[in-house]
This record gives sequence, C-alpha cells and structure tokens, in this order.
Amino acid sequence: MPDLSSLYQDIILDHYREKHHSGLREPYTVEVTHVNPSCGDELVLRLATNGSDVVDVSYESVGCSISQASTSVMTDLVITHDLAHALELHDGFKQMIEGQGKVELDEEVYEDAIAFSGVAQFPARVKCAMLGWSALRDAILRVQGNVDE
Amino acid sequence: MLDVEKVRRDFPILARSVNDQPLVYLDSANTSQKPSKVVTAIRDHYLKHNANVARAMHTLGAEATGAYEGARSKIAAFVGAKTEEIIFTKNASEALNCAAYALSSRLSEGDEIVISVSEHHSNIVPWQMACERTGARLRWFDVDESGYPDVDSARAESLINERTKVVSVTAVSNVTGVHFPVAEIADWAHEYGAVMVVDGSQMVPHMAVDLGTVGADLFAFTGHKMLGPTGIGVLWGRYDLLESLPPFLGGGEMIEIVRMTGSTYASPPYRFEAGTPPIAQAVGLGAAVDYLTKIGMDTIAHHDQEITEYALGILGFIPHLRILGPTTGVRGSAISFTLADIHPHDVMQILDAHGVAVRGGHHCARPLHERFGVQASVRASSYLYTTKEEIDTLAAALMEALQFFRVPGVHHA
Repeated sequence: MPDLSSLYQDIILDHYREKHHSGLREPYTVEVTHVNPSCGDELVLRLATNGSDVVDVSYESVGCSISQASTSVMTDLVITHDLAHALELHDGFKQMIEGQGKVELDEEVYEDAIAFSGVAQFPARVKCAMLGWSALRDAILRVQGNVDE
Repeated sequence: MLDVEKVRRDFPILARSVNDQPLVYLDSANTSQKPSKVVTAIRDHYLKHNANVARAMHTLGAEATGAYEGARSKIAAFVGAKTEEIIFTKNASEALNCAAYALSSRLSEGDEIVISVSEHHSNIVPWQMACERTGARLRWFDVDESGYPDVDSARAESLINERTKVVSVTAVSNVTGVHFPVAEIADWAHEYGAVMVVDGSQMVPHMAVDLGTVGADLFAFTGHKMLGPTGIGVLWGRYDLLESLPPFLGGGEMIEIVRMTGSTYASPPYRFEAGTPPIAQAVGLGAAVDYLTKIGMDTIAHHDQEITEYALGILGFIPHLRILGPTTGVRGSAISFTLADIHPHDVMQILDAHGVAVRGGHHCARPLHERFGVQASVRASSYLYTTKEEIDTLAAALMEALQFFRVPGVHHA
C-alpha cells in the first residue's frame, strides 16, 4: 500500500477540518469561479486589493480535502503580501506540484504549503491542489487588467 | 450459474496488483476490462489481415472488408437488429451527436426535445447544441428520490405533446442503476409522432437486448463498456428512419457521386460512416460479442443482479453511507453513494491504496447530482468478472476511509 500519510499529511487534514479565511466577505475587488470538471469541485474566490497588496482573500468552495486544504494554506501565505509576491508563490507552488517530486519548496517561504509535496506523487490530484492557487492567479491578473487565457 | 473464476482467467489484468494489493476493479461502468480473445482478435487483424475496407480491392482489402462487415453482422444479431441498421461510430457520444445532428434537420423554433435529468452529459449536451442550432426548446423528465423518472407528473404537465419532435432517455442510469420505462415513454412519444432515441450504453453490456421490442427508433451504445476496445460505438436506427436522415460527417465512402457542384449520399449505414472507419476496433467488438454470447447474456444478467444485491446489502451496513438510487429490485450494477462528508476524491484515494478501483466525481451526470443535492459521489460498478470477495474488500476499505478521516462514531482501528 502506498504511504497515504505522505499524501494526507496532518497539516493538510488540519486545514481541511478547519479552513482558514473561509467564507465570502465584502468588500472585494474581483470575484472568480473555478471548477475542476473531473470531480466537480467548485470554488468562488474573492480578492480584495488596494492595487498593490492582497488585503483579503475570501472563498466558498466544495471539494476534496486536498483542494480545500490547499486553498486554506494559500490564503495564509498571500494575505497582507503584495500581488507580485503572491504570483511568485503561485509559480513556485505550481512548479513543485507538477515536479513529480523533483522540486522542493523552501519551508521558510512556503510554511504549511510544503505539506503538499506528497501530492506531486499523485498526478490525478495535482489539479485539486492547484484549484485555489489558479483562482488566485486569475483574480490577480484580472485586477491587473490581463485576463488570463 | 456463471463460473466467475473461469471467466477471470480470461482477463489477465485481473491477476495484477495495484499498490501491492490484488486489483479489485469496480469501475466497469466507466470502462470494462478486456478478455484475451478480444486483444488477440485485434492483434491478428493488424498482423495478418490489415488493409483499408471497401476501397481496397486486393485480397487483404477483401479480408479486412469481410472482417469489418462480419463484425457489423455479429453486432446486429447480438441486439436483434438488421445488419444495415448498424452504424459504427467512435463511441456512444458520437452516436448521440450523430442522432442529434441528423434530427436537427427536422427541428425548428417552437419544437421541443424531451430528455431526463438523469442523463449522461453525452445525452444532454448534443440536444442543447441542437436547440441552439434550431431554436427548439429542451425539456426534461424529473426523477424521484430513488432516481426513477416521474412519469405521472410528466403526464400531468403534458411534458410530451404535439410540439415534441424528439424524446431521448437512457435505458439504464449510469449513476443510480435505474431501469427507465423506455417502452412506456416510447409509446407516449410515438403517440405524437416524436422520434424515440435511447442511450443503451449501460444496458447492452449487461442484458439481452432485442431492439425490435425496446421501443427505440434510434439507439446508441459503446464497445468499450462491453469488453470491446475503445474507439468503437454503435448507432442503431430503424432503416426507414435512417434513409430519411441527412449525413452527420462528410467525407470518403459516405457518398454516391461527388461533383464540384454537389454530391449525393450513400445509403445507410455508409451514409453515416465518413472516412476510414475504426476497422480493428470493430473486429475487436465482434470478438467481444462472441465472448458475451458464448457465456450468455441471461447468465451475465443473473450474475450482475446477484453481485449488485450482495453489494447493496453490505453497503447498507456501512455507517454514514447514502446510496443514490434504488437499494432493492432489478437495477443496474452501478452503485453510486456518498460516505459521510468525505469527498469522493478522497474516498477514491483511500480505496485505491487498497487496490480498489472506483470512480469518484459526478460520472458525467452533474444535473442528476445537483438534483440529489450532492456535489459528487463514489461509484462502484461490477461486471461478469466481479466476485463477492471483491465486494467485501470494497466494504473493508470504506470502513478504513471512515477511520482515516475520523468520522465521528466510527472507532479508530
């Protein structure tokens, strides 16, 4: 049996049971909806920004433990930081998640997000871990006037 | 009685392990496994008889054409149809798209198409597209809490009426396993002269089908769910109806005469088979039909029912497990359920670690899940090679999932 605890690390299960910054809040600058059609996960994410910093990220989602926990961890990392930093975090996290175990994250920078390193070994779950991050990136790009894709 | 152990020896994949556990394959409603005979038939075709069909006049061409048309005859006999009524497609989705496109020629603003909320996306989206093209309106049967179509309410509100031009429903739900009252709905559709389309994807693999008595005018199914290869499906149609329909795709071998100013079309079934068809896949599906016929569809149906009843019984003992669909009576072998508030993706992951392959998600039936008030579900689906021991393994793995996600009231091992 594969080591399920490498995928479902305690940090992930903790965030899943008690999501940080969950719920939709006002005021916000932009709202995006992202879905994972293969499993039906749906995420509505609101970004509040003063133009340079992430003031708040609020969200309402239905989804698996990986997508829920990943979104929760993401909000911890980006709220109060500047938009450029949030995009950099997104890129680094994406590289790790898609890196099949070859890319490591800096724990100093990524904190709880390093718990998702196990997900990189489960290709079917990569989309789950990226759902919140992709929505955040989309929201930031919209604010900046570059609608993604 | 089906000798399951003997059957299992025909499917080499069932002997492999997954994550160091014996594979328990409970995803047959998604795609079935393939017996050696099907794989050998495809291999032999490519290694010994390969050529294009119809347009190659040499010996190999004749052999390939014979094999392709022979497969058509076998499949026709398998479902009680005439050979020239069997159109080969890529899959059931393409078959339903072909039906929806060809029938669009008869639709205009004010016409109505009736489906059900229980349909697979492949029997929803092509009709939505047909409505967009023609201005017709899409309506649908609702279902009750067990997933049975609410025909009484539909009659009360005249769901099918003089504006109805097409009715398209599934024979067996891929989520709830509900057997739709196709003949009753077909009679109602025919009262108003509507064309009755049936999605038989979950029916043909599991029971004897006689298309003369189903009530359908057009009927779609797919090869890969009935031991055949991927890339081959079937659209059956009453010949007089097929003759009256325009082609779906244009290209080679679907024509009679091509002039730069316009073309005339071949007769069915060739009118609907543009381009080089899936030849080896048809041969493989023919071998699958031979295999199923040898065992006997009634024997398979009996085995399916026995395993399904056994599974429903055991799953009934698992705390926090809610079955979407009927829990008694004759029904299909796909069993969908939710487990506490554990997301189906997470349940699937725990089961996979135990070697148990199930599907987690909305199984291409999002509207039905919405109707049931759930976002997604886990689906365990058995077939002729499924054993009761495998169902026991499923149940044990589900208990593990409850413990892993610390669902209250379930003791931690």
